[in-house]
Amino acid sequence: MTVLVIAEQVDGVFRKVTFEALTAARTLGSEVHALVLGSGIEAAAAELGAYGAAKILVADDDALADYTVDAYTNVAADIIGQVNPAAVIIGATTQGKEFSARLSARLDAPMASDCIAVKLEGDQVVASRSMYGGKIIADVVLTGTPAVVSLRPNTFTAEQAPSDGAVEKVAAKIGDARTRVKGKQLESGKIDLTEAEIVVSGGRGMGGEDFSSIEALADALGAAVGASRSAVDEGWRPASDQVGQTGKTVSPNLYIACGISGAIQHLAGMSSSKVIVAINKDPEAPIFSKADYGIVGDLFEVVPAVTEEIKKNL
Amino acid sequence: MEILVLLKQVPATESMIAIAGDGVSIKTDGLKYVINPYDEIAVEEALKIREDQGGAVTVVTVGPAKATEAMRTAMAMGADKGILIDPGDTVCDGLSVAKILAAAVKEMPCDLIVAGHRAVDDDNFQVGPAVAELLGLPNISMVVKEEISDGKISWTCTVEGGTTEVEAPLPALISTQRGLNEPRYASLPGIMKAKKKPLETKSLADIGLDADSVAAKVVVKGLRVPAERQGGRLIEGDSVQTKVAELVKLLKEEAKVI
Repeated sequence: MTVLVIAEQVDGVFRKVTFEALTAARTLGSEVHALVLGSGIEAAAAELGAYGAAKILVADDDALADYTVDAYTNVAADIIGQVNPAAVIIGATTQGKEFSARLSARLDAPMASDCIAVKLEGDQVVASRSMYGGKIIADVVLTGTPAVVSLRPNTFTAEQAPSDGAVEKVAAKIGDARTRVKGKQLESGKIDLTEAEIVVSGGRGMGGEDFSSIEALADALGAAVGASRSAVDEGWRPASDQVGQTGKTVSPNLYIACGISGAIQHLAGMSSSKVIVAINKDPEAPIFSKADYGIVGDLFEVVPAVTEEIKKNL
Repeated sequence: MEILVLLKQVPATESMIAIAGDGVSIKTDGLKYVINPYDEIAVEEALKIREDQGGAVTVVTVGPAKATEAMRTAMAMGADKGILIDPGDTVCDGLSVAKILAAAVKEMPCDLIVAGHRAVDDDNFQVGPAVAELLGLPNISMVVKEEISDGKISWTCTVEGGTTEVEAPLPALISTQRGLNEPRYASLPGIMKAKKKPLETKSLADIGLDADSVAAKVVVKGLRVPAERQGGRLIEGDSVQTKVAELVKLLKEEAKVI
């Protein structure tokens, strides 16, 4: 069976989750195809062959330079109609989640979002996904084709498997597209929370909007900065930094929680991290029961000391 | 401006969730239910737009009769009326709900639909964009700012690494993200008034659908609780320095994550 992976790229650079999706797709299908949408991306697309894409379909058009959900859905739905894959896999980024939702409605296809595992049972796709902000995991069967599945970033390991990966240009039927991107403010080099290997988060214990100690530690580790809901509600950090049930779910290799007590909503959003460190002055804070390593102490002393120690050791 | 808000009633986020005996649903006894937090932001934004441009705000919900509690709360905040579509015993997935909502609103006057970007129970991120698709409307997700003028809506939405500004002609569907606004509380007079506001309940048949036409394509095979983390190890030491040195050593040599 054929599995189609829809790649996500920014200026010709693929998101890591695209490679993770290609790797996961290989466990599902005998033939993995990749679809890249964008403008001037033909050369970059060849890279996907390294992760096992047997065929790399490229829809290259000026009108696809910026992602808009209507143009991308029109083009992808047309190509899916021709390829007729058993499954369509997308990275569960902000864009991927919206794109897969609209696509599922266009194709009248089953969809599972932000999945943490995916496999075949007979000829049916079975996916595992978290619900209630991570408090429950549901195993769901997607009946009908194509099964549209978005995969949570940082959950699947990307492994190379070089294939001939022929790049093939395909027609981009833009059709009726009414949304237009007017501007973008992207911090170049900023590591996204959901894709970061390491996340350093601050909570109410920060006591104010000065997150410089957290940022210094994050810099030393090449980590992204997160925040608890309290820190966002206080206006110390933007909503896009929030980790938890009403924010983002993250699964980095290392999550360092500083001055975060560990409300159930926060724990739900970070419990799938591989290693958790908690730094808090309250020894009774619930966060310690989930942390692999805890230090009870004043974060304003401990966090800078950790930063210094890491700089010494790296 | 005719504004529709897609609203779902969900268990409050502080709830402990336990799996029911059937293995495919959750125990609902004793759960406290609220408006989905992102939908609450959607109600607030719709009210602000109405205050600015005039018109009416209608909340539309798919769910059991109990969901009218959440709809009354939205009306107490200021929404004008509500439509509940009760699918009865029909098992729905995200796409089923989108089909029901689209069928319920397609004949209604509508300039703007506002939805939460996801419901915090199913976390499926599907219904908003799917409703827009079924109605043939432009949509955008994760909106933190919007502005309406000359029959167009411009919005700022969060994406990985920053924000983008997007524009589309009305009618359109936007889905909310935290940061768009701070939802108001229902006032006591608001709560009294809400009791008298029109709230209509419809069945699938009333909106021209049947169980087959909205049958779920995603079937829950089983629910499970994620493995409990074995935490609780505190690093002891005489000084901050010794504790920190031990932590970094453990992260490097034992956990091998730095």
